Amino acid sequence: MAAAEFDIPEIKDYIEVPKLREGAMAHAKTFIAPQAVQDFMGYPHELADNWKESALEKMGDLLGKYRSLKVFLDACVHCGACTDKCHYYLGTSDPKNMPVARQDLMRQVYRRYFTTAGKLFPKLVGAKDLTKDVLDDWYNYYHQCSECRRCSVFCPYGIDTAEITMAGREILNHIGMGQKYSNEILGKVQKIGNNLGLPGPALLDTLEGLEEDIEADTGVAVKMPIDVKGAEVLLVTPSADFFSEPHVESLIGYAKVFHAAGISWTLSTHASEAGNFGLFNGNYETMRKVAMRIRDAALELGVKRIVVGECGHAWRVAYSFWNTLTGIGYGADDPFSIELQKQLDPNYPQPQHICELTNDLIKSGQIKVDPSLNDDLIVTYHDSCNVARASRMGTEPGGQFTIPRELIKSVVNNFHNMADDTIYESTFCCGGGGGLLTDDLMEVRVKGALPRATALNNVVKEHQVNFMATICAICKAQFTKVLPKYGFDMSMVGGVHQLVSKAIKLD
Amino acid sequence: MSTVTIIYAGLFYVATLLLVAGLAYKIFDYSRTPAPLKIPTTPAPTTQTGVVYRMAKEVVLFESLFKSNKWIWVFGWMFHFGLLLVLLRHLRYFTEPVWFWVNIIQPFGKYASLMMVIGLAGLLARRFLVDRVRYISTPSDYLMLVLLIVIGLSGIMMTFVVHTDIVALKTFFMGLMYFDVQPVPLDPILLVHLALVALLMLIFPISKLLHAPGVFFSPTRNQADNPREHRHVAAWAAKLDQKN
Repeated sequence: MAAAEFDIPEIKDYIEVPKLREGAMAHAKTFIAPQAVQDFMGYPHELADNWKESALEKMGDLLGKYRSLKVFLDACVHCGACTDKCHYYLGTSDPKNMPVARQDLMRQVYRRYFTTAGKLFPKLVGAKDLTKDVLDDWYNYYHQCSECRRCSVFCPYGIDTAEITMAGREILNHIGMGQKYSNEILGKVQKIGNNLGLPGPALLDTLEGLEEDIEADTGVAVKMPIDVKGAEVLLVTPSADFFSEPHVESLIGYAKVFHAAGISWTLSTHASEAGNFGLFNGNYETMRKVAMRIRDAALELGVKRIVVGECGHAWRVAYSFWNTLTGIGYGADDPFSIELQKQLDPNYPQPQHICELTNDLIKSGQIKVDPSLNDDLIVTYHDSCNVARASRMGTEPGGQFTIPRELIKSVVNNFHNMADDTIYESTFCCGGGGGLLTDDLMEVRVKGALPRATALNNVVKEHQVNFMATICAICKAQFTKVLPKYGFDMSMVGGVHQLVSKAIKLD
Repeated sequence: MSTVTIIYAGLFYVATLLLVAGLAYKIFDYSRTPAPLKIPTTPAPTTQTGVVYRMAKEVVLFESLFKSNKWIWVFGWMFHFGLLLVLLRHLRYFTEPVWFWVNIIQPFGKYASLMMVIGLAGLLARRFLVDRVRYISTPSDYLMLVLLIVIGLSGIMMTFVVHTDIVALKTFFMGLMYFDVQPVPLDPILLVHLALVALLMLIFPISKLLHAPGVFFSPTRNQADNPREHRHVAAWAAKLDQKN
């Protein structure tokens, strides 16, 4: 904990767009990854003499591989539509946290070295040489973006700052400026199997303890199976679910759902993590390597279905990228994917979100719930950014909004939405996503949570809301840490399956 | 043939060539660059037909901008729709006989120029007045608006105030199209108007005006949301599958 003291922003009645204060967050710099961490990832750990050439070479490489990057760097007209959309700008007033300005940190270099206009008239078009100062700006401000895509909703060309941030981090890694937090986690997940670095025996021990707790609590022997070959469902969930509060309450909820529905299921030690920080770093191959653990486990255990627990960015990777990266899905015609796809049960979406599964079971009457058991709660729902703007549930666009709400309303009697411009596709990030959930970025995290805290405060005042449900491990960890700074009780945050867990009827 | 005519004829040949070649290259470059991952901003249509509808709303109505900021939307839409009508109206100087629908929109096109300039003025005012927009504006952002405004105003002058010899102008452009160069009318307002239009054509493919073709290639808008149903793999990424 080396984070400096800072003022906690004051919650107002409405989310205000602040006047800009240049350099307000220039000091916020996340810890650089040390040598051992970078070595494992195959990156250098310090700048070499030719860092500038390496950076530009990597940028050229990415421009050739990603149409998004090329089009987004060209297309922006500086209209300003995105300038008041980022929660980090709203919370910090630092103009470099405006999406367009964050993009311009890279765009100025792109124009200088990759465009005719920038080569001929750099001053005119805002092109700049790649200097150490520019590089430091990249490092600081590409780690003050949670890649939540809110800006991309509002951009007339769909420019997604997340794509620029990812490319920026990939270039930084490539020349030796990796982020300690994300890269350490990427090491742990590849070496041990999960982001927390929880080894197999410890995991088994934890699950046994949870089984005992559930039995003591309910009198029913609900199991938490792991590495069971031939199970129908492989459940892949964020490792925080195994022992963080309030995450574990949702894990108990999933176990009860499988038990009540009589579905055989298993966890996997090899794939004991749904999260995939390869997304945050923008490295396709890393993301693929981390995702391959799920494919390997599915093949090894011979499961028919793959279900994903409550985790926002994990669901983005699972829903949007697993088919591409590993063949988990349908519609492939290549031997690599067919090997897995012929094993999976075509009656279910692959992968399936736990909310899709539970909601279907409740609607079809296969499991019974009693919402009055949650009558002590007045609930609101925080749409997690990656679920809202980078994935779907069910068969219709927008199912990612309706299905979790349907599920919540079936297990609680009191539900109120937050303000329209803070939910659904306009939802505000919790402030801790995209690899920022680290103590050395606490100021960024607290200030970035201001818009969500403001919206929450309004439903607390108006409807006496006392519980905010969400389906993301990062949101849960972030909110329990930062909401108390705004005067909220940390126990008012929890998972949707925490609510299911309380309402479900077990035999 | 006068020097001015030679200069203007040359200018328009070069500008047209660079505009077409530059845009063709950019479009080729965008289309050959793969989009390795499914990244539509959701909720997104699940079918290709749905994508066409989404893109149409984006291009015609500026749907995302409407959600974002009503002032930018009003000014931006006035400018673009005004410009479209003005451009269509100008087809009368390049066709003989003039297409019937160009005659129909002629009166609208004349007044659309006012709408266009008002929109541009609004956008320019925002660059000065809104601190966030001022912060992100580069000199070229201001100059681009000024360039378009001067083109618009010089056009308005010739339409509503001091008429130019439009018959001679049409002869000049028809001549250019059939490689039979005719004299350009020596009207200073017209010459300014034409020179700035040629400048706009020249900078189009190397400037932010690339947002016009770019929007059609934006993966967050042009991809269907169907990753569970269809495996989407870029050529460079498919090679990774073969190592397993």
